[in-house]
Amino acid sequence: MDKLKNISFDHCIKCTICTMYCPVSKETPLFPGPKQAGPDSERLRIKSPGLVDSSLKYCTNCKRCEISCPSDVRIAEIIQDAKWRYLKKKFFRPRDFFMSRTDLAGRFGTLLAPLSNFFLKLDLMRFFLDIFLKIPGKRTLPKYNRTTFSKYFTKYMAERQKNFTRELLYFHGCYVNYNDLRLGTDTVDVLNEMDYGVKIADEKCCGVPLIANGYIEKATKNALHNINALSLNDCTSRIVSTSSSCTFALTHEYESFLKVDNSSILNRTSYITRFLYEEFSEGNIPQMGNIGLRAAYHSPCHLERQGGLIYTIGVLKMIPGLELIVLNSECCGISGTYGFKKEYYGISQKIGENLFRQIELAEPEVVITDCETCKMQIEMNTRYRVIHPVSIIKMAIERGREI
Amino acid sequence: MTLMHETEVIIIGGGATGAGVLRDLSLRGIRAVLLEKGDITSGTTGRNHGLLHSGARYAVKDIESARECISENRILKKIAGHCIEETGGLFITLPEDDRQYHEQLLSRCLETGIDAVEIPVSEALKKEPGLNPEIVSAIKVPDGIIDPFRLTSANILDAKEHGAKVFTYMEVCGIFSSSGKTTGVKALSGDGSVHEFHGNIIVNAAGIWGQRICLMAGSELKMLPSKGSMLIVDYRINNTVINRCRKPSDADIMVPGDTVSILGTTSMEIPYDEIDSPFPENIEIDMLLREGERMVPNLSKTRALRAYSGVRPLLAPEDSSDGRNITRGITLIDHKSRDGIDGLVTIAGGKLMTYRLMAEMTSDLVSEKLGKKTSCRTHSLPLPGSEKVTGNIRKFYRDISNSVVGSTMYRHGKRIFNILKNDRKNFRLICECEMVTEGEIEYALNNLDVTTLIDLRRRTRIGMGPCQGELCSYRAAALFNEYGKASPHESTAMLKDFLEERWKGIKPVLWGDSLRESELTYWIYTSLFGLDELPLNDTEREEK
Ligand SMILES: Cc1cc2nc3c(=O)[nH]c(=O)nc-3n(C[C@H](O)[C@H](O)[C@H](O)COP(=O)(O)OP(=O)(O)OC[C@H]3O[C@@H](n4cnc5c(N)ncnc54)[C@H](O)[C@@H]3O)c2cc1C
Ligand code: SF4
Ligand code: SF4
Repeated sequence: MDKLKNISFDHCIKCTICTMYCPVSKETPLFPGPKQAGPDSERLRIKSPGLVDSSLKYCTNCKRCEISCPSDVRIAEIIQDAKWRYLKKKFFRPRDFFMSRTDLAGRFGTLLAPLSNFFLKLDLMRFFLDIFLKIPGKRTLPKYNRTTFSKYFTKYMAERQKNFTRELLYFHGCYVNYNDLRLGTDTVDVLNEMDYGVKIADEKCCGVPLIANGYIEKATKNALHNINALSLNDCTSRIVSTSSSCTFALTHEYESFLKVDNSSILNRTSYITRFLYEEFSEGNIPQMGNIGLRAAYHSPCHLERQGGLIYTIGVLKMIPGLELIVLNSECCGISGTYGFKKEYYGISQKIGENLFRQIELAEPEVVITDCETCKMQIEMNTRYRVIHPVSIIKMAIERGREI
Repeated sequence: MTLMHETEVIIIGGGATGAGVLRDLSLRGIRAVLLEKGDITSGTTGRNHGLLHSGARYAVKDIESARECISENRILKKIAGHCIEETGGLFITLPEDDRQYHEQLLSRCLETGIDAVEIPVSEALKKEPGLNPEIVSAIKVPDGIIDPFRLTSANILDAKEHGAKVFTYMEVCGIFSSSGKTTGVKALSGDGSVHEFHGNIIVNAAGIWGQRICLMAGSELKMLPSKGSMLIVDYRINNTVINRCRKPSDADIMVPGDTVSILGTTSMEIPYDEIDSPFPENIEIDMLLREGERMVPNLSKTRALRAYSGVRPLLAPEDSSDGRNITRGITLIDHKSRDGIDGLVTIAGGKLMTYRLMAEMTSDLVSEKLGKKTSCRTHSLPLPGSEKVTGNIRKFYRDISNSVVGSTMYRHGKRIFNILKNDRKNFRLICECEMVTEGEIEYALNNLDVTTLIDLRRRTRIGMGPCQGELCSYRAAALFNEYGKASPHESTAMLKDFLEERWKGIKPVLWGDSLRESELTYWIYTSLFGLDELPLNDTEREEK
């Protein structure tokens, strides 16, 4: 018998609310839902590991079940844990390996950016990806930056950071580093505008895709590395991240799932909008002009799980001229690497349909969301551009300068 | 009008012992009927902790019982595979326990032939991470667990397949005799009908109630009722049997049982007139928790599902006061030689796990009294379901999840093939905590002498998980109607009884999550379903 890490299943009162909220069990009978896959089956798996169900793999780890549970059962965590503890893993899974090594793939991708972006668009290449790696041909893949954010920052932005009174650490994450340079520079600009100098640490992938693909040891290594890197030279500065999922890993999953002590960063780390909201509330608001934009806001599941939604909405509401339509909370269906896998692509798309329909009905000019994979999913499935809240602020600041 | 029945042997009592005798006799080709006043296993058989003793618990005090245990332990592993799990067991010594007992246990086990080995504390902790790390020594023994419900049900099933008849809800209320020989019994059925059963031999296998049966025949048999209370927790906090290595005393054993763990037990002498409704008292629960926590510290943080008590069916020697000190030895009485009453045989004492031996001894005597030359086969013939399963069962049930196939197989062994079908309606879940499918319920309703929802629980496990019937009971009640076993009103009445019965066991542990759970159940059944307002029969309906 293994020592049990998570006994929160014991508090489940079988109300089944979680299953009502699970986007996957709503769309496919192949997944019995969080109650069954989580607390119910955990008792059986403790009795006999052979009772594990392969249907666990359909869980996207969106964590909506945990948001809805009145008993504080860490359902998604139980499922993730069971998935990798009890289900047989193939020794080498090339697709999952590369997909979960976002930093490795990113390094190659950026190194060969023009080439890789060209190839990733090529039908022949897509065909190969589909056949050999089971990455669906229809799926839009992320584009790579020509240079990484960390290189760009060191080269062009680091110098001027000394000019500001206060400083903070920015955990940019893989997406900014390899795929969305612009969000990184926007963040630095906005923070500078608020008199914060920005530092970056020698960070590694936060571990979310590793956990999702079952590389728990590697994820734990990364967690240790990051905690160390973020406290090495500076153990007091606030840490912000523009990725809701990275933030969730740093503040929640390191401790509760990977059992790594994150106390040295826990209280200093927040998702960017929470930081901005607190600063704005204290009067540290950058000069913004009327942005004159009608935007639909989609709340990412992982942000909701952290209780971060009010901060993003709070911040967005302070942007002059932003007409905000807050969409009903729906999962976009991509859930990190899940929607990139052929076997789940159909389910992922179906889950997202409700959201896509809502967006079309809202007739916005742009869509705003906090999460990088939600962005990819929405851009692939609707005709709208998706912008991060920080970039919206940056736009408003620029608008202010124009006048 | 009285309904008349003819047979050779009448067995009174549908516990493990009675069921064992019924099977043994049927396999010998002797015609027998079994009469049970409630449901099968509604007596002490359904109220213990299901330990498949290795004998080690008795080795120091009662070597004869220990020998019986280890020998039956080996036999049952062969013939009752699907009712048994070979979990292994540990005897752990805590700092406050007398170290000497440890040595004594080891040497007495050696003497008795019980395979007991001392293992390093670190190994014990690795095997059972939930154990109190303070333990100073540990002994490994071949304890296991045995499910009393399935064991009894499988015996009955086999007996019926060999021609025996079973009557549940049939209470024996009188014994007929003429000129010193019993000729039969009078019985009252739950449906109000009166029955007479006539046969040459009456076997009194009524456990603690045996005293009353003897009295009906004019014989005095003194039983000494000793109540034991147990506590069930939500999941298996231990996967092997954990015994406290000290003189048997209160709260010294924790037994995994199916998906839960059972903590036992206390010992309290009760007046004979209280044997029908033993109930755990608060001081017992407190003590179980306090002492149990010494063995597995996590115990008090785990949800308690329910508490219940059983009454040990022990025969009183002249001068004993503590139920645990009395020999658990088996007593077989031929009342002809004891009190000159020919035709009555009483089998009493023993344990759940010695049921087969008790049945063998009884059947030998019965057979001799009938003047028949027969021999026992129950030590080698597997129970229905316990036969070897060959081939990959997963391949057979491709559409059905592991947890369902595995749980069904665990409960019914090879009979799974009579239960599960690759058809959606068949394998849809009725009980989500214990993975009971509609197919399993249909099978139980048709084959396992189920009359009420409470009986169904004993055959399947519906309502025995953490939700204690919150989600499964109304679904299962509806199936009684769907499969033609009850009218809508009867189903509703059954539902009410079932929830009341669940509530009885929850009440003693009503704190924390148990409290939240029962609150939710209460809301669902009263506020949502209005169960307390529903008419249960036609007269009530007209009144409304
Ligand atoms: C607290 C406790 C813990 C125990 N733990 C274990 C253990 O771990 N392992 C183990 O092996 N043993 C254990 N035992 C012992 C074991 O439970 C019993 O020895 C065994 O179940 C007795 O079975 P039985 O069939 O003889 O009696 P019962 O199961 O009591 O059967 C007698 C039946 O007769 C019926 N009956 C009574 N009167 C009438 C009537 N007038 N007409 C028709 N039917 C009637 C009753 O309804 C009852 O169903 C434990 C006992 C207790 C109390
Ligand atoms: S994490 Fe998401 S997909 Fe997984 S069970 Fe919970 S709600 Fe369903
Ligand atoms: S929401 Fe929480 S308490 Fe309710 S069934 Fe799901 S896990 Fe259990």
